[in-house]
Amino acid sequence: MTISTHEFRGEAQDEQIKTRSSRASSRIIAKIVSVDLRGAIVPVGALALLELFVRMGWISPYVLPPPSDLYETFLYLAEGPLWTNIGASALRVLTGFVIGSLLAVIVGSVVGLWYSAERYLEPSFQALRAVPSLAWVPLLMIWFGIGETSKIVLIAKSAFFPVYLSLFSGIRNVDRKLVEVGEMYRQPLPVLVWRILIPASLPHLFTGLRYGLSLAWLSVVAAELLAASEGIGYMLSDGRELSRPDLVLIAIICLAVLGKVSDSLFKLIEDRCLSWRDSYATAIGGRPA
Amino acid sequence: MSLLDIDVREKAFGKTIVLHDIKLSLDDSQAAVLLGPSGCGKSTLLRIAAGLDKQFSGSVSVKTGQDGNTKSPPVAFVFQEPRLMPWLTVSQNIGFADGAKYDTGRVNGLIADVGLTGHAATLPKALSGGMAQRVAIARALYTEPRILLLDEPFSAVDAFTRMKLQDLVLKLVEQRGISFLLVTHDIDEALYLGDRIYVMGAGDGGIQHDLSVDVPRPRDRRAARLAELKSDVLTALQAAHVI
Repeated sequence: MTISTHEFRGEAQDEQIKTRSSRASSRIIAKIVSVDLRGAIVPVGALALLELFVRMGWISPYVLPPPSDLYETFLYLAEGPLWTNIGASALRVLTGFVIGSLLAVIVGSVVGLWYSAERYLEPSFQALRAVPSLAWVPLLMIWFGIGETSKIVLIAKSAFFPVYLSLFSGIRNVDRKLVEVGEMYRQPLPVLVWRILIPASLPHLFTGLRYGLSLAWLSVVAAELLAASEGIGYMLSDGRELSRPDLVLIAIICLAVLGKVSDSLFKLIEDRCLSWRDSYATAIGGRPA
Repeated sequence: MSLLDIDVREKAFGKTIVLHDIKLSLDDSQAAVLLGPSGCGKSTLLRIAAGLDKQFSGSVSVKTGQDGNTKSPPVAFVFQEPRLMPWLTVSQNIGFADGAKYDTGRVNGLIADVGLTGHAATLPKALSGGMAQRVAIARALYTEPRILLLDEPFSAVDAFTRMKLQDLVLKLVEQRGISFLLVTHDIDEALYLGDRIYVMGAGDGGIQHDLSVDVPRPRDRRAARLAELKSDVLTALQAAHVI
């Protein structure tokens, strides 16, 4: 007869125990130095392959300019219009996103708290949500002209729905048992909202805000492609008209970087505000690779 | 008039009647226990007493203090689960009734009383079940209530933690001269904690039997008199078709 045994070792090795006991200051430095570079492998690798393919003559530089050309174009743009364009787009995104998400927080709280408001408003909101953002563009242009207002309204509208939906479902999903604790102390509704409903629905709200921000970047490009004299979308249409794929690619890279940076900033705020969560992700940082 | 008078003529969930003609009163510094099987409506009765469930016919009256302090209710509730706000620290949870402006001195006193010194800034996710329930007890005592309502507060912790928590509640309640009404399905717990035990029948059977526990405190869990009373309770439960 064979006896099978199942053994396992604790995963906290000496190294981890050592870092835990090290001083706080050195821990912060270690954190900065040990930025995870694994995420850079894919983009850097892709750029290197691209450079190789163009140099070998497999791809025409008129179709896909090599990264070295892109870098030169970038340096040229960086002296002039690039920062104006980035600034213009970022300002539009910020303004539209702030307006849209603020409105969404107000409307979402009202609809989340009062069932009668849900009865009156939810069907209309769901129907409006089904209309693609771009379908509103002609109307917005008739109403507000081709200036800043129509762009910001479009961005605000795009950011509105994800934030509204997530806050609404966040409030509806708050644990009734926690609300009851507040009711036990005879706390009036505004106090219940501030002390229990808002903190408890923050995880949902943050998901919605981050999604809303990515949609805001999406619509800023759409709006600027249609009519603008500056902005990243304008760079894109400029590149198309001049048949300059390098301009288009620089614009795309800018969008990728800006989107990633703004999302990371949001993630940082989220992690700070939600450090109390006892979830899978916060416990072990997800599944180790 | 007693400290707390509950008179429920009828309480129904849909068409199912769970409570029917139940009268219960609680005197000053009295420890009463509602003992019964699951689904007999004992938790519902407690929720009615706390004012958490108002969909019933009947009345609940609570004697308020002479100072007429209406801001904090004279009744506090300890739930079956700790129900701590996960985003608040231990101190903030204990002072929850007053929000951000809680009385730090009183909270620190309570933290020491429930044996959690050094955990003031801990978040609930880092607490064990027994520790979390200690915080919940401290939170209930923060408002300085005259009546404590406890809904199977020790049912989710292990047997040893349960005994410790029982002694803790007894100590805190005696220090403060608080009356309590405890709901449980644990006969030993009922006998150890209660001055008076109300045995509830299954379904809408109501209060089938009540007996007083004539054992002086502090009680010894091994006392022969408690064992005798346990057999009385078992007989009552059998008569009520609970077991």
